[in-house]
Amino acid sequence: MADLQSALSWYRRMVLVRRFEEETERAFRRGKIGGYLHVYSGQEAVAAGFISAMRGDDICFTSYRDHAIALLRGSPPGAVMAELYGKAAGLARGKGGSMHLFDVGRGFYGGYGIVGGHIPLALGAAYALRYQGSDRVCLCFLGDGAMNTGAFHESLNMAGLWGQTGHCPLVLIVENNGYAMGTSVARSSAVTDLASRFTAYAIPSERVDGMDFQTVRLAAERAVADARASGRPTAVEAVTYRFAGHGAADVVQPYRSKEEVEQARRRDPIRLLEGHLRAAGLLDDAAAEAIREEAEQAVLAAVRHSEDSPPPSPEALHADVYGKEA
Amino acid sequence: MPILSYREAIRTTLIEEMDRDPTVILLGEEIGLYQGTFRMTADLLERYGPRRVIDTPTSEIGFVGAAIGMAMLGLRPVVEMMTWNFSLVAFDQIVNNAAKIRYFSGGQVDIPLIIRGPNGAGVQLSAQHSQSFEALYAHIPGLHVVAPATPAEAKGLLRTAIRGSDPVIFLEHAALYGSKGEVPDGEFAVPFGAADVVRSGRDVTIVAYSRMLGTALEAAAHLAGEGIEAEVINLRTLRPLDRSTIVESVGRTHRAVVVQEQWRPFGAAAEIVATITEGAFDALDAPIERVTGADVPMPYARNLELMALSNAGDIMRAVARTLYREIPTPNGRSSGGQSDA
Repeated sequence: MADLQSALSWYRRMVLVRRFEEETERAFRRGKIGGYLHVYSGQEAVAAGFISAMRGDDICFTSYRDHAIALLRGSPPGAVMAELYGKAAGLARGKGGSMHLFDVGRGFYGGYGIVGGHIPLALGAAYALRYQGSDRVCLCFLGDGAMNTGAFHESLNMAGLWGQTGHCPLVLIVENNGYAMGTSVARSSAVTDLASRFTAYAIPSERVDGMDFQTVRLAAERAVADARASGRPTAVEAVTYRFAGHGAADVVQPYRSKEEVEQARRRDPIRLLEGHLRAAGLLDDAAAEAIREEAEQAVLAAVRHSEDSPPPSPEALHADVYGKEA
Repeated sequence: MPILSYREAIRTTLIEEMDRDPTVILLGEEIGLYQGTFRMTADLLERYGPRRVIDTPTSEIGFVGAAIGMAMLGLRPVVEMMTWNFSLVAFDQIVNNAAKIRYFSGGQVDIPLIIRGPNGAGVQLSAQHSQSFEALYAHIPGLHVVAPATPAEAKGLLRTAIRGSDPVIFLEHAALYGSKGEVPDGEFAVPFGAADVVRSGRDVTIVAYSRMLGTALEAAAHLAGEGIEAEVINLRTLRPLDRSTIVESVGRTHRAVVVQEQWRPFGAAAEIVATITEGAFDALDAPIERVTGADVPMPYARNLELMALSNAGDIMRAVARTLYREIPTPNGRSSGGQSDA
């Protein structure tokens, strides 16, 4: 399967993301990373599946759980880690931190810290792409919790409207990881079939297994192709699971049981894809070990780079509040 | 120079900039088919079509946020906020996104976004539709806050706003929409952060902006009849604030009265007073006076509403206090609009 052949490279990147996040948690505990830290472990197949379907000039927005988006879009791990370390060599020059990774050169228009607040930005960006006459597409990752914000509903209604004239090449990806912080979907949404909520705005949607890379990827390719061809919004609910707490400080997790987490971990997206690859003869023990070792070295190099990099200069404090003089 | 109304000056500038630059687009409620709540965008839908003149649903979060996203991708959206009262619905988008994305991205994007519409009290619009939010927005780093008082300024400041690279809170005043004045033709622009000394005087400095400039000038004319020569400064922009023009003027007059329409506590006048004490403390011959709106939600009844707004008499009485003298004022006893007593 040619399909699976290319999945191998995404497997490699998913392994890197997982290893990277393990290291960020360690660095957080050591006090090397400050603020809030939201890791992506468990959800790798969602970002990998969708980013694999993006063209080089497509763009994306996401929430604060954003490390994987940057890494999978190709941002250097050293620059991502340096941002978390608050260093000048960081993706956002140490000014944004974990929640505000940005790599506009790679079409990544940012991580945002207010739940749902980035959805209207993605809506406008999608409109701008079409207005400028391109066939580029905008992807907007959002969590299940963001679906309960006013920003979501206002944006979706407008997306439905703008799509009527082909001015909204927007792909909405609900990463339903089961919890908005500690509040489960069942306790926060009147309907738990989240994909169905898009029907109110005449936006086609489907619900897929967000733990299986191949499944996500196929849904992503359909959605991206549809948005590109039609200029209409489309949505996918990827059902996934957050292996870690909401943030690095969310250790006790009284809102869910250990058994539930263990159950979810049995469908680890990386192991699932690894199983597919092994079954197809595309991966063996030696190759898998080499991939893990490659990730290990990349992450350790990112940490060394971040440790050795200088913090932003004092002049950076007042830089970039405004652009060129009005 | 042609005589234009404040409304015509804004509309003309929108047309000139849209003709010049196809990335300038308009969004807002009722700006197209309805022709604009205040007819600011009359005929623009017909002229530019629905791709550039976008009638939005009643979704301030949605259309302000979308405009920010458009700006990040290189468009120059001009959002009409039907009145600034409604901007509170979009406050998160303005404060957490528009003002900060450049900074927290490490300078990776420009946000050339204008949000414009009427700010301040109208006539009997009551509590939810009569508010002045300049201090709210001027508090936020990353925003420019502009408050033109004349048709020429409205044109010149809007042109600067549209050609800039940062979000601009463009505060018009509905009470000024019909006011007329000379407006330079063509590429006329007014820079941000440059206050205008509208009237020179040696006895006291009156600082005002937006609608209160006219009230200040009315007071200054009456004061001249009493032999008091007031210098009147029109700020034009609150962020950036032209501190040096204010300080330099008070350095010569030794007295200052700061006028604003909005509520007194933590208002724009408080910042201006602080600027004067920081920059001209030794020059002061009297405590600085503030003339402000009453510290109440705006009442509906016309008599109460008039009491809640400052008038020329309030400014004259404040000036008299800085001069330690009594003068006759046209409005008799003090209105409910607050000034230092």
